[in-house]
Amino acid sequence: MAPGRWVGKPPVMRQTRPPGPTVGHDDQEIDHPIEEEARVPASDPSAGERTGPAGDHGSPRALWQALDRHRPPGADAVTTGWRSPLRGPRLTSFYGLVLLVTLPLVIVTGLLDYAAYSPQFGQAFPFDVGWLRLPPFDWPTRPAWLFQLTQGLHVGLGIVIVPVVLAKLWSVVPKLFDWPPARSVAQVLERLSLLLLVGGILFQIATGLLNTQYAYVFGFDFYTAHYFGAWVFTAALVVHVVLKLPRLVTALRSRPPGAELGTPRAATRPEPPDPDGLVPVRPGPPTVSRRGAVALVGGGSLLLAALTVGQHVDGPLRRTAWLLPRGQDPGDGPNGFQINRSAAAAGIRPADTGPGWRLTLRGGGRTVTLDRAGLLAMAQHTARLPIACVEGWSTTQTWTGVRLRDLAALAGVPDPAAAHVESLERAGLFRQATLQANQVRDPDSLLALRVNGADLSADHGFPARVIVPALPGVHCTKWVASIEFRADG
Amino acid sequence: MGELFARLRAAYGAGPRHLLVLLLCFVVTGWVALRVAGEATAGRMLLWFVGAVILHDLVLFPLYALLDRGLRAAVGVPARPSPSDAPSGDAGRAAARLALLNHVRVPALGAALLFLVYLPGVLGWGADTYRAATGQERTPLLGRWLVLSGALFLLSAVLWVIRWVRWRTVRGSREPAERG
Repeated sequence: MAPGRWVGKPPVMRQTRPPGPTVGHDDQEIDHPIEEEARVPASDPSAGERTGPAGDHGSPRALWQALDRHRPPGADAVTTGWRSPLRGPRLTSFYGLVLLVTLPLVIVTGLLDYAAYSPQFGQAFPFDVGWLRLPPFDWPTRPAWLFQLTQGLHVGLGIVIVPVVLAKLWSVVPKLFDWPPARSVAQVLERLSLLLLVGGILFQIATGLLNTQYAYVFGFDFYTAHYFGAWVFTAALVVHVVLKLPRLVTALRSRPPGAELGTPRAATRPEPPDPDGLVPVRPGPPTVSRRGAVALVGGGSLLLAALTVGQHVDGPLRRTAWLLPRGQDPGDGPNGFQINRSAAAAGIRPADTGPGWRLTLRGGGRTVTLDRAGLLAMAQHTARLPIACVEGWSTTQTWTGVRLRDLAALAGVPDPAAAHVESLERAGLFRQATLQANQVRDPDSLLALRVNGADLSADHGFPARVIVPALPGVHCTKWVASIEFRADG
Repeated sequence: MGELFARLRAAYGAGPRHLLVLLLCFVVTGWVALRVAGEATAGRMLLWFVGAVILHDLVLFPLYALLDRGLRAAVGVPARPSPSDAPSGDAGRAAARLALLNHVRVPALGAALLFLVYLPGVLGWGADTYRAATGQERTPLLGRWLVLSGALFLLSAVLWVIRWVRWRTVRGSREPAERG
């Protein structure tokens, strides 16, 4: 770190407050020796660089100084109005550290979910994302629970960190009302990036939560908004981490780890004034300790986790997702598990799936048609596989049917590079899907005819549906009408 | 080179790394904005993006901060340090008031959090999409949210009563040395 940096060394300010201020003791006088001196020049904002004797205003200096001098009415009241003695770099950095660990996981699992849709076939949404995606690769079929894990982590962690995000925003909210709002072009740009950061995380949380609960009140395409919103947020997060990481490290190192854990409410003191102005100028007495505040936030996260994890559990524990759509009872029997699109919604008529139904296989210039009896007469394979949805739920069932690779051989393409599956469904984003070579060849990839020992129900895709290990649920096409096996991509 | 950076710092207000990461961020954002601008619903996306910030920073935060100050006033825990109204010897009562405050705050925050996160389900939004997706009718989960919130408040109240009874016993036997 270059000499002359602020980071970790604001001794000027430290001296302005005597150690152990007396707040928190009802019977002692509370004094504030820090008033004016402590109005720390919320100096360089960001990387915390001191600009030296010339002052910390950038060019044009006259403009920034004028802005600094012309405090709007109420600005002083706001500056001195913050009361919570908990606010300060240490608490903010702790929440920041939690988010620094969890947010990359949410971001990466989100990008993996996009990759799981095989964007190389143009079937991941949004379609045109330029460079803003992971490098292309074939989504694996093993482990079979891979997609269940990535989307479960993405949605689950995304929900669980909501209290941490809110607490982090609470801890830095005084910065929003800082005057002057900027002292240089650098600060203006950084504030803009903070708008992208805060707007980004709130936008992602809001659209994500609404999507998991089927409430498309926003009136725009979820995939487009959530995917591009994620990139705006990620870019702003990178800026924030690059500029603030030194602050985080300094703040967390300023007390031995665990010292805060041993500090009860009565011994909770405001932190020394900080260059960012997070520590209040006139703190009130503490009503909770910092460990209490952190426990409260953690408790909120645990509560959300307890009410969310049930979306991935089969059996009676599923109902613990008490406030989520996929915690509801899906009914009894072999077909009593969650559906993703009902036959009625897909416009599937009973006549389409009756005895007149035929499966058409194409490949290598050959066309084969099979009825359901013909499929049942072929070698049957049973596999226990999860089906998981980007909306954040999954269920594991026992599927029986014909291996896709057997059908490929029957169609005259024993070594297919891809397979294009179409549904009886006439409209809808997911009425068709293209499978990669590894997805067709996997021994557990099936055209399922039965589930849990019974025929598929209409809502689960009767007469036949695709089920492939680790494939997103919507690509496990239901009410299959035809499969085209392609010898070359 | 060093002088160049010093001039940059004086004019711009920060070092080259600062400028570089911010430029990178705005390039990505600009590309996304150009790409999304073609969508018919781009305006709505922008509205939701900016609206989310305004709603949180200028509505939700002031709202819960105000509610908390109101609650403190009602319970009798002043927000500002005012030594005058804390006569000595009253520390026990002040601690009890503080405990009461927190025993209301915690379940209230829990209920608010559940409402915020599970809002669509609690209010029964998106019934059509829900029916198409699940094949089931959507029933508003308002009752469930009320039950959960009520349980949080009840649990907190029971814990507060236990603490209060304990304090009284301790204070009765060790008056007046005990302090909250």
